[in-house]
Amino acid sequence: MIKHFISLEWKSFFRSATLGKSIAIKILMGFFVLYFTAIFAIVGFAMTKILGKTYPDVDPLLAFNGFIFFWVIGDLLFRFFFQKLPVMTVKPLLTLPVKRNRIVNYVLGKSALSFVNFLPLFTIIPFAVNLIMNGQSTSSVLVWVFVMVLIILINNFLNFIIENLSAETELSFLPILVFTGILFGLNHFGIIDIADALSKGVLAISESPVFLIVPLTILAILYFYNFKILRKKLFLDSGLKEKVKEVNASDLEWTKNFGDIAPFMQLDLKLIWRNKRTKSSVWMIAIGLLYGLFFYPNPQFQDTVPMFMFVGIFSTGIFLINFGQFIPAWDSGYYKLLMSQNIKYEQYLKSKFTLMALSVVILFVLGIPYVYFGWKILLAHFVAAIYNVGVNTHVIMWGGSYNRKKINLDQKAAFNYQGTGAVQWLIGIPLLLLPMGLFALLYYIINFEIACAVIGVFGVIGIVFHPKLMKLITLKYSESKYKMIDAFNQEN
Amino acid sequence: MITTSNLSKKYKNNEVLNIESLEIPKGQSFGLVGNNGAGKTTYFSLLLDLIQPSTGHIVTNDIQVNRSEDWKPFTSAFIDESFLIGYLTPEEYFYFIGELRGQNKADVNSLVGQFEDFFHGEILGQKKFLRDLSKGNQKKVGIVAALIGNPEVIILDEPFANLDPTTQIRLKGIIKDLAEKQGVTILISSHDLMHVTDVCERIVVLEKGEVVKDLVTSEETLKELEAHFAG
Repeated sequence: MIKHFISLEWKSFFRSATLGKSIAIKILMGFFVLYFTAIFAIVGFAMTKILGKTYPDVDPLLAFNGFIFFWVIGDLLFRFFFQKLPVMTVKPLLTLPVKRNRIVNYVLGKSALSFVNFLPLFTIIPFAVNLIMNGQSTSSVLVWVFVMVLIILINNFLNFIIENLSAETELSFLPILVFTGILFGLNHFGIIDIADALSKGVLAISESPVFLIVPLTILAILYFYNFKILRKKLFLDSGLKEKVKEVNASDLEWTKNFGDIAPFMQLDLKLIWRNKRTKSSVWMIAIGLLYGLFFYPNPQFQDTVPMFMFVGIFSTGIFLINFGQFIPAWDSGYYKLLMSQNIKYEQYLKSKFTLMALSVVILFVLGIPYVYFGWKILLAHFVAAIYNVGVNTHVIMWGGSYNRKKINLDQKAAFNYQGTGAVQWLIGIPLLLLPMGLFALLYYIINFEIACAVIGVFGVIGIVFHPKLMKLITLKYSESKYKMIDAFNQEN
Repeated sequence: MITTSNLSKKYKNNEVLNIESLEIPKGQSFGLVGNNGAGKTTYFSLLLDLIQPSTGHIVTNDIQVNRSEDWKPFTSAFIDESFLIGYLTPEEYFYFIGELRGQNKADVNSLVGQFEDFFHGEILGQKKFLRDLSKGNQKKVGIVAALIGNPEVIILDEPFANLDPTTQIRLKGIIKDLAEKQGVTILISSHDLMHVTDVCERIVVLEKGEVVKDLVTSEETLKELEAHFAG
């Protein structure tokens, strides 16, 4: 039976949409995995040195133990946002002659094998090897490694319980923040020194392995609690049911001011607000807007003027880039409908353009406080905004006509590469690097003012020729109509 | 009204549709039957210019569908769920289609209002997104949306599938009414021979992309069809 489960899992992984997508994404994902593995391993190898430098008088193992508490907290937070218990996949198994208990054990067991759980081992094992070579007793280090594994697993199962509890509340991330916040607070203000207690506990176990019974019991309790929750959920009308939320409809009457593109703008706004994937691109706006704060407060960057342009393009164009790169794939789910309806391609595209242009203006206005770091920054941002409206909007929509990847709107956004193709990577060059390169060149050859003026003029030219450019883009979309319909029809 | 000539569609060397000529007059209720892979959906997709014909063309109202887009104002269709916009409520979806077809909210409301018994109280005012409705209810929304804006040609692919018996009967009433009283040309495809013979004046059987039977519906049609598909 387990053999069947494993073969199912294997197939679902290697035949999955995200993996089979394109070689570029496979490479990218592989790169990420290698990158994180390497980072963790390097930290592991260097751990004795790092700890030796920071705490020269303390035994490295003891020093490391002092950090376990913070690692546990960080790990829990990370897991909460990125690790989900994969329950939905068992739906087809329910009607087959497989015992429910077995399915539950399988789902829980599988979660223990997640990559997130293996990652810390890349640090822990090299560190342990180092310790043994430095003369620590082999047996106590081995016990210590075992304790670490138990802690990882405890975290793994604790996370699912927290997730389950918070699934019912409206602000689902609140419980985890409160939980970790309280733990951290208790420790930080010295009410209960959890970090110290944990550190002592781990030490005690590695000295006398009898105490292993404590983490083992905790793990067992957590596992059985998870088992109980999951067992109850394995019915179509409870856990396996997808949640239906009540709609908060607003009529968006103000879009009527935009004339004949109003129905499409309403559709786009609803698209953005009602789907997980698009909603997160709205949150990205906050990151983009604050992006300048990484650079400008740092006096080092005050002198690297070309960075102003980069930050300007990025912070005023974050929505443009995020939303625009998947035009028209956002509408891929119902593209056939749009194509058989009485619509003008131009209106459809113009609505997207208007949204993007509006976002640039709003983001520029919100970014005006950057003037605190100097008027040059504000000027650079201003011409960047003009360039975004005049050039980048058109470039990104033109690139969209090469879009051949369907997007499933319901899926989450973080680490979701669905709909990403070579186009998305290539389009970044003219969007970000071109204005920045041009700006840098003019700045070093002539001066700041001329560089700004040229970027601004490019933007103005784009705005002046907007109707012409839209015609060209529309033509491009019409030409690839059949190809797009065909591509969007395929479930990747 | 709809003239098909020398139409064929090939994928690589695999011919999925080949119709030498087919004439559908205005106001006819036209049924298309055939097993899976017979080419029904392919034909409808060609009618809506969603795929390109390998040879030949379709002309409706003197407009060649793959040359001009002027057929769009008087043609509407519901082929499958990809004609629905999942993140809208049924009402919003109706209004959106209405806007595209030049109908204001009041027009849409009065049209949709006629179908209250068809909806069976499960569609309007539910505060649910289309993606959260059941398959059958989604289909009802799609079918009614295809009636918005007084289209002259309505194309429905498998309209009876996934519907409950009550709704199937009501849908038959709606289709008959449209064709008889309002002179709308209706094209439907179905696997259910009984429903099709009930509703359609004319039935064409497709087999491996070719027209093998073209019948005017009469008392014997159902038997003839059953005999054909049994053999």
